[in-house]
Amino acid sequence: MSTFWNIWIIAFTAITIAGCTWLLFANRKIEVSSKNAEDAEDGEAPKTGHVYDGIEEYDNPLPGWWFNMFVGTVIFALIYLVLYPGLGSYAGVLGWTQTGQWQEEVDQAEAKYAPIYEQYASMSVEELIANPEAIKMGRRLFNNNCSVCHGSDGKGSYGFPNLADSDWLYGGSAADIKASITHGRKGAMPAWGAVIGEEGVDNVAEYVFKISGREHNADKAAEGATVYATYCAACHTPAGTGMAAMGAPNLTDGVWLYGGSPSLVRHSIRNGRNGNMPAQDNKLKAEKIHLLMGYVYNLSKNQ
Amino acid sequence: MSSNVTTAGDEPVYNTKVVKQFAIMTVVWGIVGMLVGVIIAAELVWPDLNMQLPWFHFGRLRPLHTNAVIFAFGGCALFASVYHVVQRTCQASLFGSGLAAFTFWGWQAIIVAAAITLPLGMTSSKEYAELEWPIDIAITLVWVSFAVVFFGTIMKRKSKHIYVANWFFGAFIIAVAVLHLGNSAAVPVTAMKSYSAYAGTIDAMVQWWYGHNAVGFFLTAGFLGMMYYFVPKQAGRPVYSYRLSIVHFWALIALYIWAGPHHLHYSALPDWVQSLGMVMSLILLAPSWGGMINGMMTLSGAWHKLRYDPTLRFLVVSLSFYGMSTFEGPMMSIKTVNALSHNTDWTIGHVHSGALGWVAMVSIGMLYHLIPVLYKRTQMYSVQLINLHFWLSTIGTVLYIASMWVNGIAQGLMWRAFNTDGTLTYSFAESIEASYPGYYVRLLGGVIFLSGMLIMAYNVWRTVRGDEQKQVASAEVQAA
Repeated sequence: MSTFWNIWIIAFTAITIAGCTWLLFANRKIEVSSKNAEDAEDGEAPKTGHVYDGIEEYDNPLPGWWFNMFVGTVIFALIYLVLYPGLGSYAGVLGWTQTGQWQEEVDQAEAKYAPIYEQYASMSVEELIANPEAIKMGRRLFNNNCSVCHGSDGKGSYGFPNLADSDWLYGGSAADIKASITHGRKGAMPAWGAVIGEEGVDNVAEYVFKISGREHNADKAAEGATVYATYCAACHTPAGTGMAAMGAPNLTDGVWLYGGSPSLVRHSIRNGRNGNMPAQDNKLKAEKIHLLMGYVYNLSKNQ
Repeated sequence: MSSNVTTAGDEPVYNTKVVKQFAIMTVVWGIVGMLVGVIIAAELVWPDLNMQLPWFHFGRLRPLHTNAVIFAFGGCALFASVYHVVQRTCQASLFGSGLAAFTFWGWQAIIVAAAITLPLGMTSSKEYAELEWPIDIAITLVWVSFAVVFFGTIMKRKSKHIYVANWFFGAFIIAVAVLHLGNSAAVPVTAMKSYSAYAGTIDAMVQWWYGHNAVGFFLTAGFLGMMYYFVPKQAGRPVYSYRLSIVHFWALIALYIWAGPHHLHYSALPDWVQSLGMVMSLILLAPSWGGMINGMMTLSGAWHKLRYDPTLRFLVVSLSFYGMSTFEGPMMSIKTVNALSHNTDWTIGHVHSGALGWVAMVSIGMLYHLIPVLYKRTQMYSVQLINLHFWLSTIGTVLYIASMWVNGIAQGLMWRAFNTDGTLTYSFAESIEASYPGYYVRLLGGVIFLSGMLIMAYNVWRTVRGDEQKQVASAEVQAA
């Protein structure tokens, strides 16, 4: 902050608070002008003499408790502005900052909770899933961090994979699950509409229904087989069983991440899909990811 | 009466036409705005009520509700009382009759434009300033005309002094003009789309400088001006303290403008800005209460009138809610309290204790005083119906505020509850689930408040028509 703006802020703050205080004290006087007092009826406060549409005004003094409350808030404000940042770049006696407060609270939490997580850090996945306390903590971490997309039961939703079945886009081993959580995943299915045309989309869709064992139009599926071999097999494999390295889904198992209705399948082919699982390593420590991995592994294990 | 009041013979011919127009539209827009409020409260209880219609979705109707109650209902109430009060207290007819008529038709056109564009999703996305740039320009034209009419009439006044109600009206008109121009600055890209002239944190700060002073100058200063005329008028008592009105007026307008940053505690806003917003909000408590004290104490010597005058009861209870909200506000501006209350239903409850308890109730009291005066009737068609309306409003407001307090504190506590391993005890969805009882009670409170508005509409209609109620009625009221 430049010196000019610093002075500007401090000056305006001082003028406002001092001005209000002056206003308060300048109007404090208890006695009223003798002229108004003479006009006052017995037992009544004197009036100002102004009349507006029949409305008159008493010249009562400021209520004492109200005056004191006003002064009290001003004193509080002045003390606060000495202790805390407020007057431009003046940092305050206490040196308080909101980021400092946050860091302090994080450090305290770290000191308190880190040992709890450390005891599980060296356990193998088999040990984790056999440990009820580890699973309980894993579930809590899951509810806090994962359930918004994958659901509190881990069964996913439209566009968000079901973690409680045995179908894995990127592999279901402990190491694969941990890698997915730690570094995130980006599933990019290109849009094929412009390349293969609407007829091509329709034909490939029928072919996909064929390899997944669904009802289909045999003629279109036969046409679609050629298109599939040219454009789709590279990722989804010629047999359509998917490829974990690419995150390309298995098309033969009846699991449809983006919906299995004919129109939605055609939509996926025509417009492509972009799945994005955000990386957690910038917000969760490795010990917590380890517990999460155990919980997610256990979810599918129980199927 | 003292000698410097002009006698009846000298009384100028007041422009009551524009006052009547705004007064009637206050009733109409009050019902519309609160009906939309009830609809969105119901959508929060039963989300499927939006029927998958984009224009009927909570996200589109919510700004329609806030704009309708603040600017249509509250705005018309302010226009009506400003035009009435400035003429009466200046003993002068309204300056620029044509301009005054323009402000009426212009303001109604703006309200209709808002009612069309907001459900269509045309929005600047700035809270309480959602209307897009062409409508913003229209608002500016109407507002400048309003200022010309008001200050023109002040210039014509017969008395040397200016009555306190007009100080507040003047401050409200000037400040709202400055806030509107400052916050709505934008770069238009199409006929109904623009981008804010500010970016990032500065945009947020400008928005809440505007947002909080929409509360401070539109909903507080403007309605305090209303209070300063209608409370002494209805009570038939002098204003309690001229001195107090001087101190609290100047302190209020000097301090309110600083309070915006308390909406952005613990955000990217620099620490020093947050602190200044907080301490100024705290100093604001006494000046805010000055208005309440002056209104309440004006009744000293007239408390017995509350027994049989439900209009006066509306005005006094509105001041109680005003006092409560203006205590709650500074308290919520304290960083540690705000850390609990922010983003919870507590904020919604706080806003409605001001909006229903203060703004709506003082406006309703104003209308029950004003309608008979404008239409030259001795009193409203039915005083019992005013009394019924009073109880519906009070019960509706209390149900609304209490349910949102309970919800807000429950949400705040659930969001900060930790397990022994440092994980959060509750998910966000669980806090929503826990809020459902409060959502039902809020809806009930809103329905009750709205039903009171419908009773007022009936009462106003019968009064305007000139219907007389049978004499039995007034005896019953005396007994009650």
